[in-house]
Amino acid sequence: MEYQVKVEVSLKPGHSDPEGETTAKSLQDLRYPVETVKVGKVYTFTLSADSLEKAKKQVDEICQRLLANPVKDNYDSVVEEKSDRVSL
Amino acid sequence: MEAGIKVCILRVAGTNCDAETKRSFEDLGVKAEILHLSRLVKEKSLFDYSALVFPGGFSYGDYVRAGAILAKRTLAKLGSDMKEFIEEERLILGICNGFQVLVEAGLLPRFSRVSEHPEASLATNIPIGYHCNWAHIKHENSGRCIFTQKIPKGKTLEIPVAHAEGRFIFSKETETDYLEKLYENDQLVFRYCDENGEYANGKYPINPNGAFHDIAGICDDTGRIFGLMPHPERAYYGWQLPNWTRKEKIPKYSDGKLIFQSMVEYLKKNFT
Repeated sequence: MEYQVKVEVSLKPGHSDPEGETTAKSLQDLRYPVETVKVGKVYTFTLSADSLEKAKKQVDEICQRLLANPVKDNYDSVVEEKSDRVSL
Repeated sequence: MEAGIKVCILRVAGTNCDAETKRSFEDLGVKAEILHLSRLVKEKSLFDYSALVFPGGFSYGDYVRAGAILAKRTLAKLGSDMKEFIEEERLILGICNGFQVLVEAGLLPRFSRVSEHPEASLATNIPIGYHCNWAHIKHENSGRCIFTQKIPKGKTLEIPVAHAEGRFIFSKETETDYLEKLYENDQLVFRYCDENGEYANGKYPINPNGAFHDIAGICDDTGRIFGLMPHPERAYYGWQLPNWTRKEKIPKYSDGKLIFQSMVEYLKKNFT
């Protein structure tokens, strides 16, 4: 079975986010009423697994082994059965 | 060339300063080979070499996180060999991106064993941006680190940095304990300081990246794995110094040589 995966990696609370701070300043320069910006990364991919449970377990492993550094990163994931339907 | 000693400088897409690193070893009479990871895996053996160097650069474009992909690829392709390589008391050096690789691979700080997940991180610089300038670092090690044996404790070195992700941190929950461990195990090697040896205390640009406790370099608990953000190969010769043309007498060598010399002395003693 094919699963569609979306992983979002973000900085843990309390960790400095210089990219976010710089982006916030730039948005303020453009006169948008923005206070804070948090920068993260989004990864999307498909994964083959025997079941949704196994797919979720593998995604957890992928995040812990490569996509996130547990020292500073949190991650969230959405794993769904891949749909072949074409949206019109 | 010193018979028996060979250093492997690992190259992949995006690494740099491999040529300068090779030249530094060769100046000390040691054979150094720049080798692509794929060639090392397919055609050679890690055990042909007594030391492995992860050079500077932006391996695999710094994608995911700086050093993360090369760290995982190396472990995936050479994991058991790396373990044996370390057990055989061979040396591993990581310069700049190489330091990021060693941290991401769990080989540093490596308090007692290789950790499955990184125990530290080299995060985005504060202030943000790519910083390329000459830095001063103070030698903090009391003798554990093989790579700084020729450097008296407390000596200040002038070596350039060039990175965007060099802010050494531990997790908030572990930083107090881990810093204590670094001191207890004599794993702290270099801290950023000013030209008089006064610690930066986080102040930019003396501390060029906002590193926790001004940490610029650490070793593992054996002293045989070492990583640092500054580039010693860019401060090997006197003519690499920024002000060399203004000096009355140009020194032949510069501070970076001491790191390579320390390394070579150990290799000569143990691998010839």
